[in-house]
Amino acid sequence: MNTAAKNFKVTDLNTDFEVRTQHSICVNQSALDKPLLSNLKFAVAGILFGIILIKSEVISWFRIQEMFRLQSFHMYGVIGSAIVVGIISIFIIKKFKIRSIDGEPIYFEKKKFNKGQIYGGLLFGFGWALTGACPGPLFALIGSGSTVIIVTLFSAIAGTWVYGYVREKLPH
Amino acid sequence: MIFIEWIRQPWPWYVAGPLIGLTVPTLLILGNKSFGVSSSLRHICAACAPMNISFFKYDWKKEIWNLFFAGGILLGGVITAFFLSNPAPVIVDPKLATELANYGVTNTEGLVPKDLFNWENLLTAKGFIFMVVGGFLVGFGTRYAGGCTSGHSIMGISNLQLPSLIATCCFMLGGFFVANIILPLILKL
Repeated sequence: MNTAAKNFKVTDLNTDFEVRTQHSICVNQSALDKPLLSNLKFAVAGILFGIILIKSEVISWFRIQEMFRLQSFHMYGVIGSAIVVGIISIFIIKKFKIRSIDGEPIYFEKKKFNKGQIYGGLLFGFGWALTGACPGPLFALIGSGSTVIIVTLFSAIAGTWVYGYVREKLPH
Repeated sequence: MIFIEWIRQPWPWYVAGPLIGLTVPTLLILGNKSFGVSSSLRHICAACAPMNISFFKYDWKKEIWNLFFAGGILLGGVITAFFLSNPAPVIVDPKLATELANYGVTNTEGLVPKDLFNWENLLTAKGFIFMVVGGFLVGFGTRYAGGCTSGHSIMGISNLQLPSLIATCCFMLGGFFVANIILPLILKL
């Protein structure tokens, strides 16, 4: 009875809940209604992240080729140590029930397995090896002066749009 | 001044990796946000061309933090290029350099090979595959997989999510396949 009422509420609030749960960001919005400018702190976080991406050369096409040819440890070191720090951070946040700066409890969403992670994962892998960039690096590369990557970014947006268009026909 | 000289050099993995890892708790504490970049592409679609597609019919304004974050990454690129750039060419593994030289790719001065990624090449078969087809696969694949290197490989695995580990293994498998088997064929074009 209690569960049924709860379920009803969730679906009622998120009419596209099924769509959203499969996608990491969209279920994690804060319940607080914050002014637009409060998002500037995320821009600052983005600036720092962009600087790190470039200075570590993880957005370099050459570094990505070396990674996929097992010619360099660099990328494995970067991603591996990032994951270790991420695991420790999340452990600490959960263990000490650390809250966000707005005082909200920090919420973690569970990811459900679907076949998209395999098919989509492989397709993204193909694209990563060709462009030498994932979405974050696309933005950083454009900023760093590789203007032609604007075309690659638009193409990636088009790819996302086409996915949305054909999504219901794809195996998940 | 010495600090600036030092910071201009390429950062080793044991500096950059932990800093990237710290992005995870930073975003969580700043506003309960899960680290991830590829969703920004979806929000751009939802904002610019939802076209009555259910996948893009949501209130993208509630996710606008992600666009601020992506814009910040772009600005970070600008700042690095103007103030922190390394004047020396990117050091490339000799084996890779020899192989690329066979295909006429000899310019390793920047982060992307200028012999392949440039405006003139855009409409050649090779350039089209690298820049346009590659970008399309990045956008289509990340959304189909529900995340990219940041959302799955770093945020997802940090939160011990098995689907993210599966996705990451598939990213790597796909990359190994294209880099080793397909790329030489494209470079020959």
